[in-house]
Amino acid sequence: MASNNSIKKTLIVAFSLCVVCSVVVSSAAVVLKPKQVQNQELDRKSNILQVTQLYKPGDDVEEKYAELITPRVVDLKTGEYSDDLDPDSYDQFDAAKDPATSRTLSGEDDIAGIGRQENYSTVYLVGDPDDPEQIVMPIRGQGLWGLMEGFLSVRGDGNTIVGLSYYDQSETPGLGGEVDNPRWKAKWDGKKIYEGDDFQDPQIQLVKGGASGEYEVDALSGASLTSRGVTNMLRFWLSDEGYAPYLARFHDDSQGGA
Amino acid sequence: MATDSVKDVVLSPVFKNNPIALQVLGICSALAVTNSMSVSLVMGLAVIVVTAFSSMFVSLIRNHIPSSIRIIVQMTIIASLVIVVDQVLRAYAYDMSKQLSVFVGLIITNCIVMGRAEAYAMQNGPVMSFLDGVGNGLGYAVILLIVGFVRELLGSGSVFGLTILPTVQSGGWYVPNGLMLLPPSAFFVIGLMIWVLRWFNPEQIEKTEYRIVANSKAKIKETANV
Repeated sequence: MASNNSIKKTLIVAFSLCVVCSVVVSSAAVVLKPKQVQNQELDRKSNILQVTQLYKPGDDVEEKYAELITPRVVDLKTGEYSDDLDPDSYDQFDAAKDPATSRTLSGEDDIAGIGRQENYSTVYLVGDPDDPEQIVMPIRGQGLWGLMEGFLSVRGDGNTIVGLSYYDQSETPGLGGEVDNPRWKAKWDGKKIYEGDDFQDPQIQLVKGGASGEYEVDALSGASLTSRGVTNMLRFWLSDEGYAPYLARFHDDSQGGA
Repeated sequence: MATDSVKDVVLSPVFKNNPIALQVLGICSALAVTNSMSVSLVMGLAVIVVTAFSSMFVSLIRNHIPSSIRIIVQMTIIASLVIVVDQVLRAYAYDMSKQLSVFVGLIITNCIVMGRAEAYAMQNGPVMSFLDGVGNGLGYAVILLIVGFVRELLGSGSVFGLTILPTVQSGGWYVPNGLMLLPPSAFFVIGLMIWVLRWFNPEQIEKTEYRIVANSKAKIKETANV
């Protein structure tokens, strides 16, 4: 036993243990990588499908996604599609971190509390890409405890909401966490974003104690700050800073212009 | 130690010598992951696997571990196993691993795993160490499941995601207890369980280490007023 404590033995044991462990860990990581990437893709696709309300439990996610969804990259400033960026490989979350492909939001503009905003965003078109039934847009913003990330889906008129759903949020379970409750999510269907011809100023908001009219949705009870976060993030992403220039194209289209 | 029977090694940590209820180890993760039963179950299984295999591997090389670096050797083995378990969960139980998030990684810091490696596996053969790891992991998993059951039932009105008490938010009658969804509630549940266990097994009650004596009377110094 005494020889175990010699410097030579200590070094040998430490070195061989490190080699064995690193081989085990790295081979597990490499072997399982494809499966993990596939899972992440599947998760993202099923989140997109769920917000369109076209997905039923039991449907094959890959098949349904391929059938319905066409991703496109949109220049948020002009509202035009960008053909330079490949929607399958463009990652707007990476882009938002890179100063070259994003911009800093100053205090009062940044009502969603995201700090930096990417110049281009991926949108997902349901049905015919030239005349989509629905447009699914990624949105994000601060809730009470942290960033909430989700998708907003609107109909082809660019004004009527189909659904709002968060795939990542850390709100208080049972209170703000009720953003995931299907009964609350169902309230968004048919709500309108813009009033009249004013396509810059979104009117949609959460209100306490009984929503009335098509621009209001019931706030979450006991979760004022989460509700405010949701309203602010919609106001931000649907304003001129966000998707308003892009969505405006659909208003024109539906009125027989362009 | 050499006379331990298989049954004792596996079963005694579940109730008699439970790592959470008696030794009060591994509380951190028991608070964090017990808000639903399915998450508790996966976490329990992950800990069983890590404790069992880390004890076995430590035991296999126990005669070659230099005592000066034994803790580091144990940690390296445990950490490698935890990473493998985490990778496997991400590949085959993606939704679950998203809910467990960092807590799988934090199994590394779970005192139960290292406690067993140091206290048992360093002195015993690989087979018994493996079983000891299974037993202690099981003890952890059982407590997690009981806490998970109470918290999920009272907090969300369901068990394993199946609705038992329809909640008000979903159009039922049950007003869920919001506290049960938050980690601190697990403190109360675990505390009550420890109380019940010690009521049935009075030998688990620790001896009072010291007793606070009654306050001595304050001595008023008259001279100070002069």
